[in-house]
Amino acid sequence: MASFVRITLDDRVYLAEEGAQLVAAAKECGVYIPTLCNYPGIPPKGACRICTVLVNGIPHTACTTKVVEDMNVVTTTPELEAFRTSIVEILLAEGNHFCPICERSGNCELQALAYRYRVPVSSFPYLFPTRDVEAWHPKLIKDHNRCIQCKRCIRGIHNAKGQAIFAFGKRGDKVVINIDRETSRDISDELAQQAMDICPVGAILRKGKGFDTPIGRRTYDHAPIGSEVAP
Amino acid sequence: MTASAHPTIQSVIARYAGDATRLMDILIDIQEALGCLTHETTAAIAKELKVPQVTVEQTVSFYHFFAREPRGAFVVYLNNSVVAQFHGGEEVATAFEAAAGCRFGEVSADGVVGLFHTACIGMSDQEPAALINGQVFPSLTPDKARALVAGMRAGRTLEDLKGRDYGDGQNAHPLVRALVHNHIRRRGLTVFADYHPGEALAKVTGLSSGEVIAEIKLASVRGRGGAGFPTGMKWEFARRAAGETKYIFCNADEGEPGTFKDRVILTERPQMVFEGMAMAAYAVGAQQGILYVRNEYHYLRDYLEDVLAEMRAQHLLGEAICGVAGFTFDISIQYGAGAYVCGEESALIESAEGKRGEPRDRPPFPVEKGYLQKPTVVNNVETLCSAVQVMLKGPHWYNRLGTEQSKGTKVLCVSGDCERPGIYEVEWGFSVNDILALAGATAVQAVQVGGPSGACIGPEEFERVLAYEDLATGGSFIVIGPQRDLLKDVVLNFTRFFRAESCGSCVPCRALTGMAQVVLERIIDGKGTAEDVERLPSWQAIMRYNRCGLGQTALNPITSTINNFRSLYDGRLARGNPRFVPSFDLAAAVQDYEAAVGAGKD
Repeated sequence: MASFVRITLDDRVYLAEEGAQLVAAAKECGVYIPTLCNYPGIPPKGACRICTVLVNGIPHTACTTKVVEDMNVVTTTPELEAFRTSIVEILLAEGNHFCPICERSGNCELQALAYRYRVPVSSFPYLFPTRDVEAWHPKLIKDHNRCIQCKRCIRGIHNAKGQAIFAFGKRGDKVVINIDRETSRDISDELAQQAMDICPVGAILRKGKGFDTPIGRRTYDHAPIGSEVAP
Repeated sequence: MTASAHPTIQSVIARYAGDATRLMDILIDIQEALGCLTHETTAAIAKELKVPQVTVEQTVSFYHFFAREPRGAFVVYLNNSVVAQFHGGEEVATAFEAAAGCRFGEVSADGVVGLFHTACIGMSDQEPAALINGQVFPSLTPDKARALVAGMRAGRTLEDLKGRDYGDGQNAHPLVRALVHNHIRRRGLTVFADYHPGEALAKVTGLSSGEVIAEIKLASVRGRGGAGFPTGMKWEFARRAAGETKYIFCNADEGEPGTFKDRVILTERPQMVFEGMAMAAYAVGAQQGILYVRNEYHYLRDYLEDVLAEMRAQHLLGEAICGVAGFTFDISIQYGAGAYVCGEESALIESAEGKRGEPRDRPPFPVEKGYLQKPTVVNNVETLCSAVQVMLKGPHWYNRLGTEQSKGTKVLCVSGDCERPGIYEVEWGFSVNDILALAGATAVQAVQVGGPSGACIGPEEFERVLAYEDLATGGSFIVIGPQRDLLKDVVLNFTRFFRAESCGSCVPCRALTGMAQVVLERIIDGKGTAEDVERLPSWQAIMRYNRCGLGQTALNPITSTINNFRSLYDGRLARGNPRFVPSFDLAAAVQDYEAAVGAGKD
C-alpha cells in the first residue's frame, strides 16, 4: 500500500502519498497549482512551465515533480504569479487566439487561465503567425492557429493498437503537431472525441459536430478555473 | 522515391537490426545514399521499423541537415554566423548566388548546386567557411566561390574541387585530407602536452575504481563544456547507480558559435579522448561508450574509426583492456544532424536514442537514468583529456594550475577581429587582456566570452579573468572590433540563432526568442522606444524557468549588451523622429467615445 509522508505546502503541513505527482497531491490537499500541458493519467512533460513552484527553494515544474518526504513547497509568490501571468500572455500573443469565434470558448483552459490571471490583452508583441487549418482527416480538424504545443494529444491519444496518432514536427517556433494518416485512419468517434477533449484549447475539433454546449453550461461559465480545487 | 530506393532503405535498416533507437544512424545513412529523406522515404522507413510515420517525421524534421527534397548534386552549407560575417561572409554568399543562379535556400535550375545557410560550423578561425557535401572549404572568398561553382558545373569531383592543399597536423592524414587548419597558437600543459596513449590506462588499472574517482575529485576537475560540474562527483554518482549496464558518453557536439576546440582535439588527440572514456568506464563500471559528434565534423569519421581500431589492436579498448580480465569497454561513434540543443547532455542522449533532441526533465539525472534509461556519464571532450593528465601527473600537479576555484587549464577558441585566431591552451586565471595580447587584438570594442550564451563585455571589464568564478567559458572567445555594429552584426545574429535552435518545448524559450527578435529589429531599424529597451531585460525573469541551459541563456546576447552597452540601444531610439508615435495611447484614442457614452461616470 501507498506510504504517506509529511510535506509542506505554503507553510502548512500535509500528508501526501509518496511518489505521487506534486500537482495531484496538492489538489488532494486543496491547494491549486495551475497547469496547462498537464493532464491526469498521461506522462507529464513540463512544457508550458506554468505549474512552476519552489521545491526547497528551487524552481521545479510541479507536474514532473514527485512527492518526497519533508519536501517544502511554495506554490505561490508574487514572482511565480507574475511568471504564470506572463505564460498566459505569451501564449495569447504567440498564436492566433480569437475567443468569440472559437468552439472551445468557455471550455478552454487557456481562456480560463486568462480570466483567472486577469489578462484582457497580452502585453507581449503579437506575432500573428501564418498557420494552417488542416481538414483532410475524416473525423478531425486541426487548427494550428490555436495550438499551444502542449503535447497532450501526442502523449494521451493512441489508436486501438496502441500506436501514436499525433507527433511533433519541426522545432522551435515552427513546431507543429502532425496527424499520422495511417494510424489515425480508422479511429472511432469516441477516440476523436477524446482527442478533442484532451486538447486544452480549440486546436483539435471533431468534424460534423460543434457548439453543442449552450453558453451558461460550459465548464468555466460560472466559476473560475481552479475553484474546483480551492474555492 | 524511385523503386530502387527500397532495397537501400531495407539494407540500411538491416544494418542496424531494425532497431528504432538507431534512427539517427539510419536516417544519416539513407540520406547519404539517396540524397534526401522525402515523405515517401520516411513512409518506407516507418513501415520497415514498424513505427508510425509521424514518429519518423518528428525526428527527421527536427534536424537541420536532414533534407526533405533534393538539395542538389553539390550541397553548399555556408556558415552565416557572426565571425563568418565579420570576414566577408555576405560577399561570399552573393558570389555563390550569382554563380549558381539561385538564392540561398534554393537549388539551381540544373540541379547541380544547392545553396543553404547554416549556423557556426566550428571553423571560426578560418571563416568564411562552407560544408560542401560534408567536406570543409575554409577561408572562402568571392573568387573561390565562383571557381567552386564553375568546377561543379564542369563536372569535377568533390576531391578535385578540394585540391590537395591540406591543413597542418592530422588534417593531412590520408583518412582526413581536409583543408582545415588547427591553428594551435599555444600548447598548454594538459590537452596539447606530450602524450603517449595507454600510459594513463596502465596507471588506472593498477588502482581500484574508488581510488580513480578519489584522484579526480582531489584534482577538482570540472566539466569543460561551460557548466563546470565536478567530474569526480559525476563518476561517483554513476558508479553508485544501480544496474549492470552503464554508458560513457563523450559530448563532442560543440555548437556554441565561436567554439572549435573539440574539432582540433579530435583531430590531434583522439586517443587521449578515447583513453579518458575508457578510464571513466573503469571508474564507473561501464561497458559501452558513445562519442556523440556534431554532423559538421563528419569528415573525421573514417579517421576516428581507424584510431578506434588501432586502440583495439593495442588492447586499450575491447576485451581485457591492459590485460585486466573483465575490463571490457568499447566505443562507437554517433553523429548528430544539426541541432545546437543536442549539446545539452539529456538532449544529446535523446538524440542518440533516435529521437528529437529535446532536453529531459531532471531528476532523474543521466547518471541515474540516461541512455536507454541506464546510468550514463556524459563528459565533454576536454574534460576527458584533463582526467587523463590528472591520472598521469597526479592531482597535486593539477591543483597547482589555475585559480582557487578553477583548477587546471582551458582550451580557448579565439576568433573575430584579431591577428592570430586559433587555439590557446592556458591555465585558468588569464585575464581577457592577456588573451587579447596573445591573439594580437589591438582595437577592441567588445569580447563575447563563452559564446552567445555567455557574456558580451567592454574594455572596462577586460581585466576580469577566465575562471568558473568570474568569466566562465566553454571555450568561445570572439573579439569584436570597433568597426562592427554590435547590435546588428552580433546581437541580432545571436538572437536569430537561438530562435532557430530552440527545441520548442518550453513556452518561454520557444516564443520569447522570436518576440525578442521582433523588438530588437524594431530598435535596430530606429523604430524602438525606451519602453522596448526596458522590457527586454525583464523577460530574463521568465526565461530562467525554462528547462535547459539553452532556454535559460537565450536572451543573454540582448540582456548582456543592454547592461554593458546601453548607449548603443539608447542612441537608436526613435524619439528624434517627429512622425513616430512611440506607443499607442489608448486613453487618448477612445476619449471621444468615452465622452459620448459617458463611460466612467456611473
